[in-house]
This record gives sequence, C-alpha cells and structure tokens, in this order.
Amino acid sequence: MTEDNIIEITNLVKRFDKVTAVNDISFSVKRGEIFAFLGPNGAGKTTTIKMLTTLLEPTEGKISLNKHDVLTNQSATRSSFGIVFQDPSLDEELTAYENMEFHGVLYDVPKNIRKNRIEELLRFVELWDRKDDYVKTFSGGMKRRLEIARGLLHHPKVFFLDEPTLGLDPQTRNHIWQYIEHLNETEDITVFFTTHYMEEVEHVADRVAIIDHGKIIMQGTVDEIKKKNNAPTLEAAFLHLTGKEMREESAEGMSLMHRRWRKR
Amino acid sequence: MKAIYILWLRQIKRYSRTRSRIIGSLAQPLLFLVALGFGFGPIYQKAGQGNYIEFIAPGVIAMSILFTAIFSGIEIIWDRQFGFLKETLVAPVSRVSIMVGRTLGGATIAFIQGTIVLTLSFLVGFRIENLYLLPVAFVFMFLIALLFAGLGAMIGSLLDDMQGFQLIMNFLVMPIFFLSGAIFPLQGLPKILNIITMFDPMTYGVDALRGTLVHMSHLSLLLDFGVLAVISLAFLSLGTYFFSKIQA
Repeated sequence: MTEDNIIEITNLVKRFDKVTAVNDISFSVKRGEIFAFLGPNGAGKTTTIKMLTTLLEPTEGKISLNKHDVLTNQSATRSSFGIVFQDPSLDEELTAYENMEFHGVLYDVPKNIRKNRIEELLRFVELWDRKDDYVKTFSGGMKRRLEIARGLLHHPKVFFLDEPTLGLDPQTRNHIWQYIEHLNETEDITVFFTTHYMEEVEHVADRVAIIDHGKIIMQGTVDEIKKKNNAPTLEAAFLHLTGKEMREESAEGMSLMHRRWRKR
Repeated sequence: MKAIYILWLRQIKRYSRTRSRIIGSLAQPLLFLVALGFGFGPIYQKAGQGNYIEFIAPGVIAMSILFTAIFSGIEIIWDRQFGFLKETLVAPVSRVSIMVGRTLGGATIAFIQGTIVLTLSFLVGFRIENLYLLPVAFVFMFLIALLFAGLGAMIGSLLDDMQGFQLIMNFLVMPIFFLSGAIFPLQGLPKILNIITMFDPMTYGVDALRGTLVHMSHLSLLLDFGVLAVISLAFLSLGTYFFSKIQA
C-alpha cells in the first residue's frame, strides 16, 4: 500500500441476502485531501461509509484506514476517525457541553486537554454561548454544527461527513464548508464526504469518486471528470454518468437488512 | 472504566431531568399500595394472615424496581431511533463496557425508584421489622434492579423499534410481576402455578425483600441471593452478546 493513502479499499463487497449493495469496489483516499463520494440514492454510498466506520461487516474485501485493518483492528480504527452521520446522533436530553463531554470521555481524551478542546471547538462552530442549553432546543443547523464539533474532539485523522449539509439553508451550508476547509488546512485532517449538491463538490473537493449500482463508475479530480464527460459542470457530468431517471432509496435493501438483523 | 462511568452518568442525568416521569412512575406503586393494601386488607386479616400492607409493600417495592429497570434497559430502542446509539457504536470502547455502563445506570435508577416507594410505603402504615437488616434489603433491591435492567437491555438489543413493546409488556413483564408472589402468598398454590413461580426470578427478589424487611420469607436468603446473582450475570452476558451483534 502506498504511504500517503489514508484509506485503501480493496475489492469491497456487501451483500444483503440477494441484494448486492456494494459490488467489488476498490479505491483509495490520499492523506490530507478532501474527497467527495458521490452517487444517486441507493447507489451504495451509505453502506460503504458504514463498512468504513465499523458499523457494518463487509461480505468480502479489505479496508485499511490510517494503516489499521478496519476488520481486525476495530478499536484503533475507531479512534482514527470522526463522523457526522446523515441523521442526527446527539442526546437531545443533554446539553451541548454534556454531549461533547460524553464523547471526550468515551474516546479517552485526557481531562485537561478535553476542557480546552471542547471550548475551542464550540467557539469554532459558534455554539459556545449555547453550551449549557439542551440540544432539543437547537435548530437543525445548530445540531449539525454541534455534531461537527463533537466528531473532531478526539483529533481524528479522517473525518466522515454523510450529507452534512442536507436540509440546511445556503448560509449554514456555506458556514459548514468554511469550517471543514479550515480544518482540512489547520488540522491536516482528511475529509471524506457525500452530498447531492454538486456545486459544493466543485468548490471544495480535491478528488471525487462516483458510485452507482454498487460500482465505482468514475474517479478523479472535478476537472478530469468534467473533461472526460465533455460536460460544463460536475452536475452535467454526474447526470451523464448516472442517467436522468429518478431513484428510490433502496427500500428493499433496507428491509432486508432489518430482517437479517432480527434473525441474529 | 471511564466509559462505564460516563454511560452510567448519562442515564442518571436523563433520569433526574424528567421529573414528570419520576412522579408518573410513582403513581402506580402508590395506587397498588392504597387500593390493594386497604382493599384486600380486611379479607386478608379475616383469613388469619395478618397485616396485608406489611405483606404487599415489599411486593410493590419490587414491582416498581422491575418496571423501572426493564424500561431503562429498553431505552436502547429509543437511542436507536434517535440515532444516539450510533455515537456509542463507533466509539473505541468495548461492547461489554457499553452494556455494563448502561445496565448499571438503569439499575441505579430503578434502585432509587424502589427506595422512594419504600419511603412512600411508610405513609400507608408499612413498618420495617428489623432496621439492622435494612442494608441487606438494599443489597437485594439493587440485585433485582440489576437483573431486570440486564433483561431490559437484552430485549432492547433484540428489538429495533417500539412495535414489540406492548408484546413485551403483556407477555413478559406482567407475568413476571403477577407470578412472583408479589401480591399473593405462594403457600398453598396449585402445583402447576407453584412450579411456574419457581421459574420466575422475581419470586426470589420478592421473597428476599419480605425476608429482610418483615421476616416473611419462605426460601432462604442465600438461595435468593444465588439465583438473583447468577441470572443477573446471565442476562448481562446475553445482553452484551446481542448488543455486539447490532449492525447499524
């Protein structure tokens, strides 16, 4: 494996009974880059992120993250990344500060560092003056910002963001990308994100991989992808590659997953 | 260790902030004490069994522990629905410590709830026989809490939404309560019912509380302790196993 690849995915497969959600994909992410992982609904994005973050066991294949084997060395892998999930994952009955504190203790961040780091991050996402308010009183954008701050608390090497700007107004989206780009520069953190907003990708992403029907159909820089598809924008290239038909979130795959889980 | 502590602390904080829940969950035991205690009291006395309040209070204390403990365990389902579960699942912490932390948290809450009900029972005339045995009673209250918090967490790991909740309530929690001797004496029961009660872990908890609070046990405290401890451990292990199988 190459020294400067922080994520290496080799022949990764995930099957749910008869549905193949991820079908033999291989790609890598370089240390320090902002990497966009794109695809229509149900293409296999979230399933891939779940496998990368130890939440789901692959059917076949290998993943290494920050030089740790994700399958055999879960604990070291888990310490190496931070994540903002697609849906909120905060404890709404706790305050912003308590959510941070909980995370810090769980990730074993030493007490004196923890205190400063929490303040630094809450100030960074402009929530310091709301630190003692219950999360249930927060707006969607505030929750997302808090999750970003929380995910960074333990100095992760890789930061996963699964549709971090979904459902947010342009102002908040703009802010969130400013935070992320700032982090990428100052903390030398690798960013791996998914989104449906192609203009965001054009602005921030160093490299892009596009997945559809469980296969990586193209990867490269935004310019390379535009050039190869002879498209003026990334959105045009994306539509050219994945077709113009609408997709439903793979409901079948989801319910299969649930049934499978119940059987355990 | 720290992970266990912070998970425990979270449960305690959540509990202490929901005053309405605390008060709400005291209404039922109080109703049982008053309605059953005074309602059946005269008949019970006529049958030559003595003071029914004295008999039923330990049962009602055990009941409030049972309900609170099971619910706190089942809260895993809420965490799953509100997404918070994922935050703990991706953390570099062993699944055992997550389970232990949660179960201890739930058990502590149930124990506090039991202590409040014990205090309330004094209001309706309950009296402790031997104050020196009170610490032993507390040990048993905590054990009952631990056992059912473990059971609740195990169920919570197996269900993925609240759909099955009513089922659990009617086919598990209620039978555990009613078939434990919490509200009627186990002596002289039909054989088959007697056998069933012996398979109910709650029976041993109720018996131990009666033994330590009012000297009315008919099993040995050592047996009670052994059964409760072993089953608690079994539920905790099984719970951890099922929890480790959760894939988000």
